[in-house]
Amino acid sequence: MPESILTITIIVIKILAIMLPLMAAVAYTTLIERKVIGYMQLRVGPNRVGPKGLLQPIADALKLMCKEFIIPTGSSRFLFLLAPVLALGPALAAWAVIPFGSEMVLADINAGLLYVLALTSLGVYGIIIAGWASNSKYAFLGAMRSAAQIVSYEIAMGFSLVGVLVAAGSLNLGDIIEAQRGSLGILNWFWLPLLPLFFIYFISGVAETNRAPFDVSEGESEIVAGFHVEYAGMAFALFFLAEYANMILISALTAVLFMGGWLSPFSWVPDGIHWFFAKTGLFLFLFLWFRATFPRYRYDQIMRLGWKIFLPITIVWVMVVAAMVVWKIPPWFSS
Amino acid sequence: MEVFLHYLKSFTLWELFKGLSLTGRRFIDKKVTIQYPEEKTPQSPRFRGLHALRRYPNGEERCIACKLCEAVCPALAITIESEVRDDGTRRTSKYEIDLTKCIFCGFCEESCPVDSIVETRHFEYHGEKRGDLLMTKEKLLANADRFEEQIAADRESESRYR
Repeated sequence: MPESILTITIIVIKILAIMLPLMAAVAYTTLIERKVIGYMQLRVGPNRVGPKGLLQPIADALKLMCKEFIIPTGSSRFLFLLAPVLALGPALAAWAVIPFGSEMVLADINAGLLYVLALTSLGVYGIIIAGWASNSKYAFLGAMRSAAQIVSYEIAMGFSLVGVLVAAGSLNLGDIIEAQRGSLGILNWFWLPLLPLFFIYFISGVAETNRAPFDVSEGESEIVAGFHVEYAGMAFALFFLAEYANMILISALTAVLFMGGWLSPFSWVPDGIHWFFAKTGLFLFLFLWFRATFPRYRYDQIMRLGWKIFLPITIVWVMVVAAMVVWKIPPWFSS
Repeated sequence: MEVFLHYLKSFTLWELFKGLSLTGRRFIDKKVTIQYPEEKTPQSPRFRGLHALRRYPNGEERCIACKLCEAVCPALAITIESEVRDDGTRRTSKYEIDLTKCIFCGFCEESCPVDSIVETRHFEYHGEKRGDLLMTKEKLLANADRFEEQIAADRESESRYR
């Protein structure tokens, strides 16, 4: 009996060790986003709250917590309250299988990739329930757009993951990283043989998280704020947290699947958890860079890109990868 | 060939990278933000801010109630009532500018034959209750007393062009 309590305690401590830094990272991603976009527009971004604006996320959080929580009269009360939780839950749960270092993973399960794919798809329920339960036409339009978009890009995303799967020969995220180890360092990672899949995975990831330029589900200039237009206060903050947690998750996954996770880019430099964080940060920066650069896609353009361009390319490249694996093309698949 | 180039461009994401490189360059460029309360943008001597009703150096108010400013004001923000003072000169008994109507066009200033109504460089003012932005004659005269040095210097430096 004491042993099982000990196990549970250790697991809870591990969960907290992931969750608390993640929450801090989410909070500060909002600040970094505003700073980066400001810098790209020749502004300096928030710099008034605390030294260099470093307390801005805390001020924002305090403000949101103090705000009144409004439930629209026509809404479905239970679902309205459930939706933000459903949006945030999967975004956090997916972190269970992300390997931070060679031994640092909460749940080292064999079907890690499937688990990730399942949970990133679940995020759409939070959004569509939020839009439907609000009983508002803008929220509903946003939810429909977002659902269609996420379902379309899920397929291209899934096929890119099939490419990774074929190349690594495993569903375990730790094994996928190990499969990218080699004497050439950065050139051994999967981004090179899977280059089209790498691009498609990341772009689909941007679409999955409803970030610019694929943010039609929010589309503030067309449908006000989309699915979360009726939400205020902490419920809105939960959607915000979910969006940023998803961004960090997609960045981490791209780092794990294509950029070798904790592996060092040069064979003479030791591996370590810092490489994982550096790569995740790089992709996170790309998210912000995209938002500062690209105008929003039109809805039909999004569908065209997903179905008529990404899907065929992924299918073709999965076959190319399979051929490379069968013929043991060095340096990636020689062993 | 055209078609081939088009496909090459779209598959290499050429335009997207071009856009990214532009924002990337701006990212490291020098920022143009002015940190407002600490730093301020330079002002022209012709800046049109808060109004003031000037006096002559001997303390006599300049305004002779000719009502040219009232007539020229496109926003109808100026209201003037006049009377004959005991010494036989005509002066205003009421001179009001409603700043919530004023569009700061500067016509009143231009039309004034005696340089009485002027717009100062002061623009950092606010009202907290109804009527705070209705500039009465007393407030306008007080503004002039407060900023007279600057007003006179600006009129002097611009005198060549008036």
